[in-house]
Amino acid sequence: MPIALKISKLCKIYDNKLSALKSIDLQVSQGDFFALLGSNGAGKTTAIGIICGLLNKTSGRIEVLGFDQDLQTNQVKKLIGLMPQEFNFNPFEPIEEILLNQAGYYGISRSKSKPNAEILLKKMQLWSKRFDMAKSLSGGMKRRLMLARALIHQPKILILDEPTAGVDVEIRHSMWAYLQTLNQQGMTIILTTHYLEEAESLCRNIAILNEGKVVEQTSMNKLLAKISQQTLILESLEVLPKQINVDFGIKILDENSFEITLESGLNLNLVMEKLSAQGVNISYVRSSKNRLETLFLNLTGKN
Amino acid sequence: MWIAYKTIVIKEILRFSRIWVQTIFPPIITTSLYLLIFGGLMGERIGRMQEVDYLHFIIPGIILMTVIQNAYANTVASFFLAKFNHSIEELLVSPVSHWVILLGYISGGVARGFAVGLGVFAAVSFFVDFTINNIFITFTIFLLTAILFSLAGFINAVFAKSFDDISIVPTFILLPMIYLGGMFYSIDILPEFWQELSKFNPIYYMVDAFRLGFLGSSNSDLSTSILVLLLMIFILAVVAFYLLKRGINIKA
Ligand SMILES: Nc1ncnc2c1ncn2[C@@H]1O[C@H](COP(=O)(O)OP(=O)(O)OP(=O)(O)O)[C@@H](O)[C@H]1O
Ligand SMILES: [Mg+2]
Repeated sequence: MPIALKISKLCKIYDNKLSALKSIDLQVSQGDFFALLGSNGAGKTTAIGIICGLLNKTSGRIEVLGFDQDLQTNQVKKLIGLMPQEFNFNPFEPIEEILLNQAGYYGISRSKSKPNAEILLKKMQLWSKRFDMAKSLSGGMKRRLMLARALIHQPKILILDEPTAGVDVEIRHSMWAYLQTLNQQGMTIILTTHYLEEAESLCRNIAILNEGKVVEQTSMNKLLAKISQQTLILESLEVLPKQINVDFGIKILDENSFEITLESGLNLNLVMEKLSAQGVNISYVRSSKNRLETLFLNLTGKN
Repeated sequence: MWIAYKTIVIKEILRFSRIWVQTIFPPIITTSLYLLIFGGLMGERIGRMQEVDYLHFIIPGIILMTVIQNAYANTVASFFLAKFNHSIEELLVSPVSHWVILLGYISGGVARGFAVGLGVFAAVSFFVDFTINNIFITFTIFLLTAILFSLAGFINAVFAKSFDDISIVPTFILLPMIYLGGMFYSIDILPEFWQELSKFNPIYYMVDAFRLGFLGSSNSDLSTSILVLLLMIFILAVVAFYLLKRGINIKA
């Protein structure tokens, strides 16, 4: 696979001497759906800002589809579409204008960008509001506007900095479906999020940043395979017996539910068998923590 | 390149047109009042200046003052707001060169200066009978002055960190310079020391040349005025370009 984005030894020290990125190396293949995870302040937005030309780097090198950012800045900019974390449009500008102007900055004339703007605004369910000022949109609508704006010049690489923060469940799911379609059509997507289930269900590869360093870069499958333990909550419709005699640890939560931890040598079949033998009928099983969440907390040392 | 430039200019013109009640209308009203009170009512008592009656003498200065203030106000407000609401990032992520950004904003300031200047001109000609002696000189001086002060407003906006910072320069530096630049009087009525000092005020040359365009008479040489304007435009353009390229107060 050709490389879409290659970051080498990237450092960023802000004016206040804060070292936000401490020599990070990252590679994203073309066509990938890539998750960049990390706690608040890990340096995700800083890295994205540098890639997109919003921040000056201190040192390091960035290549986008083979173009060097320092030498072929404009080619690099044309290839990338950014949906930023913070709202960054003029709130007093009408929505359609925002898209058409952005296209204009990329050198696309209004007559050429208008049909594309229409498609995107319809997709984002903003078409009926196209003449309204951006400030009149709700938080989730503003995010969708920024997604539409990121796509108006048909970039090869889409970078999303917390795209679904504050977006309702329904729209979030339709956004996911849309992003997956874009990815299937060949667009490389890089996503940061604090919703780990979002990363788990969308992304194939993942990097975890912690305090300005890459602490993990691998495929989602390999990462999840590392998870040796999983905690499950089992619920019964009946009141549980006072005593449950099984040879694995259980933690009673209330009169209908309890928690177990699956480890090597213990699988769900075995658990159910042993519980049935005790007269415990399980109606629901759910995971107490997202698998990735547990791992994430371990990797970032917050567990 | 051309499309990006056109986009910025149209966006800038739409911005001040949308809020014309704040941007275009008030300067037309205030300067018209100015002219009528100072020129119309009190002018007769002042008598003639530079061979013309006082009302006709101050018209060019007042129009140019409006142009200066509005060209400046447009770029300073627009660029500061773009920084403030982060919409400047829309330009930073795109492949627009720094020259195009600068040129776009400057053109926006010139357009506002032109709109307001023309508005005042129209309003005044409604009350006062006057003609422009040389339209070519008048327009050239208007254009160069508007470019210069749009640039100055742009530089102010780059350094501004708060809304206060965008009104300090216009109030405490620009306005006194305009008033002392011979807008209300011909500098030959001043004592020699003040006459000489006025020659260090660049606005003096602009007002004087603009007046030449209107009245056909001036104190100083037209070529000096144009030279002063071009030189200052060059210096400020280099400064503005440097600030933008380095991303001073724009890129962390
Ligand atoms: N303009 C700035 N000046 C100084 N320090 C900054 C600036 N912007 C960010 N930082 C610092 O850099 C570090 C990384 O911030 P960054 O915004 O990249 O984190 P993040 O991973 O995106 O976090 P979040 O998940 O909260 O968005 C933080 O410690 C932050 O305080
Ligand atoms: Mg962030």
